[in-house]
Amino acid sequence: MKKFLALLLALVMVFALAACGEEPAPEGDDGVTKENIKVGFIFLHDENSTYDLNFINGAKAAIEALGLTEDQYEFRTNVPENEECYNAAADLADDGCNIIFADSFGHEDYIIQAAQEFKDVQFCHSTGTKAHTLGLENYHNTFASIYEGRYLAGVVAGMKLNEMIANGEITEDEAKMGYVGAFTYAEVISGYTSFYLGAKSVCPSVTMDVTFTGSWLDQAAEGEAANNLINGGCVLISQHADSMGAPTACENAGVPNVSYNGSTIDACPNTYLVSSRIDWQPYYEYAINCVINGEAIDSDWTGTLATGSVVLTELNEAVVAEGTAEAVEEAKAALEAGTLHVFDTSTFTVNGETVESYLADVDTDENNEKETEAISDGYFHESEYRSAPYFDIQIDGITLLDTNFG
Amino acid sequence: MNKTREPLVHISRRDTLPWYKAWGIRAAAIAAALVVCAVITTLLTGENPIEVYAAMIDGNFGTSRRIWVLLQNVAMLLIVSLAVTPAFKMRFWNIGGEGQIMMGCLATAACMICLPGVVPNWLLIIIMVIASATAGGIWGLIPAFFKAKWNTNETLFTLMMNYVATQLVAFFIIIWESPKGSGHVGIINADSQIGWFPTIGGNKYMLNVLIVAVITAAMYVYLKYTKHGYEISVVGESERTARYVGIKVERVIMRTMIISGALCGITGLLLVAGTDHTITTTLSASRGFTAVMVSWLAKFSPIFMVFTSLLIEFLGRGASEIATDFGLNEAFGDILTGVILFFIIGCEFFITYRLHFRKSAAHEAKEAAENV
Repeated sequence: MKKFLALLLALVMVFALAACGEEPAPEGDDGVTKENIKVGFIFLHDENSTYDLNFINGAKAAIEALGLTEDQYEFRTNVPENEECYNAAADLADDGCNIIFADSFGHEDYIIQAAQEFKDVQFCHSTGTKAHTLGLENYHNTFASIYEGRYLAGVVAGMKLNEMIANGEITEDEAKMGYVGAFTYAEVISGYTSFYLGAKSVCPSVTMDVTFTGSWLDQAAEGEAANNLINGGCVLISQHADSMGAPTACENAGVPNVSYNGSTIDACPNTYLVSSRIDWQPYYEYAINCVINGEAIDSDWTGTLATGSVVLTELNEAVVAEGTAEAVEEAKAALEAGTLHVFDTSTFTVNGETVESYLADVDTDENNEKETEAISDGYFHESEYRSAPYFDIQIDGITLLDTNFG
Repeated sequence: MNKTREPLVHISRRDTLPWYKAWGIRAAAIAAALVVCAVITTLLTGENPIEVYAAMIDGNFGTSRRIWVLLQNVAMLLIVSLAVTPAFKMRFWNIGGEGQIMMGCLATAACMICLPGVVPNWLLIIIMVIASATAGGIWGLIPAFFKAKWNTNETLFTLMMNYVATQLVAFFIIIWESPKGSGHVGIINADSQIGWFPTIGGNKYMLNVLIVAVITAAMYVYLKYTKHGYEISVVGESERTARYVGIKVERVIMRTMIISGALCGITGLLLVAGTDHTITTTLSASRGFTAVMVSWLAKFSPIFMVFTSLLIEFLGRGASEIATDFGLNEAFGDILTGVILFFIIGCEFFITYRLHFRKSAAHEAKEAAENV
């Protein structure tokens, strides 16, 4: 036993020595240039998930725009949300990466763990919530004001409903939309509410049914959910989940569809209207440039229409109503100018009353305390106190057929 | 000359090969697999196969961190393989390792979340050990009880218990999630580190590796030198014989499955308290299923299992390193792993059986002449 222990100790020492020997000489921020910067990316899945594909495309575009060479970046795909995520991050740091990005909500704690260990490396985590209160200098969150994109997509949907009413296909009261969500989280609630308010801004009589699949990626469940909504009288469908289930079901049923994460026009030429998505390229470029220039990265960065982070794909001219492009442009200009707010409290009610005060859960704490007053100046300030969405009010006109928290 | 046509090849069972010949065949199979992989790599991707293999080795042994991660993963796969082995030796097909691990994870996480402040840390850790082993043991005992009493099919039973366990974990994640509505538990006791295993010399994997090393030795002794171990092999060989010599088969089945499940539960403990400090429905990473292969490949020998689990983990990590280094999809690494496993499993056929080729007439004549 003694011999065994001695052997083990010897082994440990060898490893420890090896570890010391390998540590790259810590360079000051000034030492990083465009020519020698190295960037690491961590993705939950690979190109087969539309969610990760959107990130991968953003990363590739940023790399190309910055002119980085092949050995200046590393992609780690299929990194699960557990200890392996920390290992991947630490491994990238060992490999000399100056800045490391991760793309999934559940990566957050492990990226923080790595950030605490590798002080010289910048860690940027998309969709996370903790950076703005954590006070860790090299850890940063980012998200985009995608609710603005969904609002604009809602305008497209509302215009389509108006056309259907004008053509006598449906009555005003029958203008009911359906929405397939993944989970009943703030991110999804904020998304479908902004979509609904966008539609309501042009078609005041609209109502909406929402159902949840309990999964981010479940083609069969999403298709079935869409079919249920259609059978329930919904005349237009949108979704916040990552498969082709709902768009395909809509194409088969001939019901207009507003998509997410990218255009589905190839598979659904007769029903696809428009799609909103987050373009991650601007953030990647911004953060990488910060490192090159030796500047501090925002601890919590929100991409907007103005930064090019929130984008609408091209309208499907064959399906959208006349005048849609103009209506979208108008709304977009007003949003950018700050004269229009998506969650303007005069445009929605809860139980028939206008909401004048609402405490949102912005800062992460153990008791999930709702601590931040989010309504002021007549609107709900979404993605301002933190980039990740926190709007979770159930407003009138939207019916939740079910809920699913996972 | 008789007229009956002899088939080109016929197969017969070999006598047991001496160990060096058997391992020679295995080494040859691995070499052949590497050559086939090299050809596939060059044809499909145009990359230099030597570089691909170098990347695999670098991915596993490139830095001390990678070596430790490899050791940790090998240890985790090894302990699950050890856990399912006694059941397999008894011809009880426990493919419920996954669920038994999840129950161990669940019990550990429950203790870490509910008990801080109630009991001191040292006592908490002892409670966690007992709770995780008990939870896994019960999850193993349930199918064993039904098998022993009513001869239910244990393969289906253990398999279905996996789903029950996973759903139970999913249920509790919603109760414990932080922040609310996120579907994630996050790192448990991140600040206080209550219930976390101590690190030895600053290395958080060391303790896990040591524990598994001790369990490996213990399992070797248990299977080879104890009365229990002997009873397990007799039941495995023939239940009737076991009954005839007075072994209480039902008792052996239940006892063995408690041990099997408890070890899986301990795996859950090592994962939650030792390294990950969180709980997700995928924490066991299909080790309960991979372990079946590891155990079979090693012919149920705890010592060989060290090598087979090392091989599987090496291939898995190597595959993802290839994906990273060459910008290939991870699926390519999986293709290589598949080819290598195909050869390794396939070579067992040649170790157990021998092929006899039809001899040509000339050859036969020559042989006849020699025999005169």
